[in-house]
Amino acid sequence: MFDALQERLGAVFGRLTDRGALKESDVAEALREVRVALLEADVSLSVVKDFIARVQEKAVGEEVLRSVTPGQMVIKVVHDHLVEMLGAESVGLNLRANPPVPILIVGLQGSGKTTTAAKIAMRLQERDKKKVYLASLDVYRPAAQEQLRVLGEQAGVPTLPIIAGQMPIDIARRAMQAAKLQGFDIVVLDTAGRLHVDGALMNEVAAIRDAVTPSETLLVADALTGQDAVNVAGEFHKHIGLTGIALTRIDGDGRGGAALSMRAVTGCPIKLLGTGEKLDALEDFHPSRIASRILGMGDIVSLVEKAQETIDADDAARLEKKFLKGQFDLNDMAAQFRQMRRMGGMSGLMALLPGVAKAKKQIAESQLDDRLLRRQEAIIGSMTAKERLDIRVLNGSRRRRIAGGAGVEIQDVNRLLKQYKQISTMMKKVGKLGKKGKGLSPESLRNLIPPQQFPQ
Amino acid sequence: MAEAAKRTWLGRLRQGLSRSADSLSQGITGIFSGRKLDDATLEELEDLLVSADMGVDAARRIVSSIASRRIDGNAAADIRRLLAEDIEAILSPVAIALEIDPARAPFVVLVVGVNGTGKTTTIGKLAHLFISQGLSVSIAAADTFRAAAIDQLKVWGERAGADVFAKDVGADPAGLAFDAWAAAKANKKDVLLIDTAGRLQNKTGLMAELEKIVRVIRKQDSTAPHSVILVLDATTGQNVHSQVELFRQACDVSGLIMTKLDGTARGGVLVAVAERFGLPIHAVGVGEQMGDLRHFDAGAFARALVGAEEPESA
Repeated sequence: MFDALQERLGAVFGRLTDRGALKESDVAEALREVRVALLEADVSLSVVKDFIARVQEKAVGEEVLRSVTPGQMVIKVVHDHLVEMLGAESVGLNLRANPPVPILIVGLQGSGKTTTAAKIAMRLQERDKKKVYLASLDVYRPAAQEQLRVLGEQAGVPTLPIIAGQMPIDIARRAMQAAKLQGFDIVVLDTAGRLHVDGALMNEVAAIRDAVTPSETLLVADALTGQDAVNVAGEFHKHIGLTGIALTRIDGDGRGGAALSMRAVTGCPIKLLGTGEKLDALEDFHPSRIASRILGMGDIVSLVEKAQETIDADDAARLEKKFLKGQFDLNDMAAQFRQMRRMGGMSGLMALLPGVAKAKKQIAESQLDDRLLRRQEAIIGSMTAKERLDIRVLNGSRRRRIAGGAGVEIQDVNRLLKQYKQISTMMKKVGKLGKKGKGLSPESLRNLIPPQQFPQ
Repeated sequence: MAEAAKRTWLGRLRQGLSRSADSLSQGITGIFSGRKLDDATLEELEDLLVSADMGVDAARRIVSSIASRRIDGNAAADIRRLLAEDIEAILSPVAIALEIDPARAPFVVLVVGVNGTGKTTTIGKLAHLFISQGLSVSIAAADTFRAAAIDQLKVWGERAGADVFAKDVGADPAGLAFDAWAAAKANKKDVLLIDTAGRLQNKTGLMAELEKIVRVIRKQDSTAPHSVILVLDATTGQNVHSQVELFRQACDVSGLIMTKLDGTARGGVLVAVAERFGLPIHAVGVGEQMGDLRHFDAGAFARALVGAEEPESA
């Protein structure tokens, strides 16, 4: 759901990192675009403003502007704040209470409460091996209780028998009583959809909360929610005290800004994501994973750290000289492959690079993995020292021999040679760039990997 | 009699919308009292429209048109009036009530939308509306997916006094619509309302199912469906654009109904959608009762949205 936002921010940051030194006005301009991107992703205005103000304060500080790569520092500041906003860690449901443990499900009409209640019940029963009981307190919407009964049947979770005409608070008490007698671990209480400005209904749900003292009060909210997200989440939190948020319709094409808004306004963690209509389509929410992907920036910090760990500085210096002279041979290419593998393979590396969401998807689809790198190393390994230094000697019969030695087809050998030619041309270009004093940016790094590298 | 009814409805609409308008109009008062329209002010104004879900682009356009005009007198009130006028000008061409053509009985109305926007409730309200106009109504329960959707619709049918044509859960919705049409025709019904399962517009399989329903209905009557209503939830943000676009592609949406305007959601996205697609907005939903469906009044909506005063003559 965050893909669109990611693309948008990727473009903004791309421009930022392309530059060397940054002025305050550059940062301000980039942040204005970040602001629009967040608003278009339905992050609530008040949350966006607060976010931008905090980032701006940090980002125009001396520390950032004087750093070697100010553009990336700005991105890092944005990223850090986004992580902070989403919450640092993934938080599970709190079930630590005397059984039966009540879980109260609340939300607006049509947010997906009943389906989510059934999903939670099924997951607790199947994954956590709990004895779970479902009860619907929705006496307003026609056939709502019936809907939960049917869903309970589908999920294999028992539901409280329906008594027509009973009030919600009495149903809640009856559910707890029945669960106690029958030895259930958990009771999931589904409530009627209500508007956060409907005083009578908000009081009703507050009374239910007081009657059963739930260990979890989850707000079920639509991931497609717009600016109203702050009002909804804020009011529910104020009236009944939420402990967590479950976002539904994550599988839609919305940009998910509501996640940021609701988290920011309530301080409650997003605990669960509804990812489809089937009852097993429920996932845990991992804020840190999402934050870096929202920005489409990958994790620049760990990319740098990883590179430092694995790349021998002397080697790198030697290689750089060769690049600049355009003397990149197959030995160097094999060394590159080895290095890539050490850094976690192609996909591991790509995941850390910013703005390559699309390429990442292609890699996932093509199932490119270390085997490809190993095979290419094997091809180079099957060459003589002379061949590695100068590919011009590689005639048909030599290529056949190499293919046989590496256990690949002759086409694979040809493909590798073509790649080598592309890379070495690219290296020469980079060499020229380097001479102009323009440092390596993620943008130029990305260009280094020719698209042909990925099997179509 | 008609006068009284009109006042009640406007009153109720405003009551529903006024909550939405409160914070916006407070904001405007805060901005304009004793200040000139400088850039910062315009930006704040744009922010206020954005926070009504209008979207950044639409908000910018409306604000820039105001920026180019001269404002005199009481700035806050005048800005509101101007804002309301601009928004009304965008919305009034699309404020078109749903007209039933009795010559085409049964007049087929297909109701579509994302899950949880209020399709079934809206169908109940529409049935009530048509029946109060003296039309006979049949409802096809083509949401055969969601648990208890059929029961929910039956309750609404009973309340409104409409027949409900239903099959078992899991039945093919297109086949059901086909049979429901035949039954409505045989029973000489004026209107056939078809309730469909909620679906996310990016699920191509489910959208293809919708296309099939339309195809199959056309085997009965090549001019049907005579109206395809997309139900939108006012709390939804900019995703409404994608909803309108993709549902329109799949089943030729002919009109919109926006629900849940009785909360604090302001439905400003309707303004952007009206500019972009020009689809008729048939009605708005402002509550859970059977009568809580209102004709969409562009002026009242625009004024309520920005908190402008109602003209005295209305």
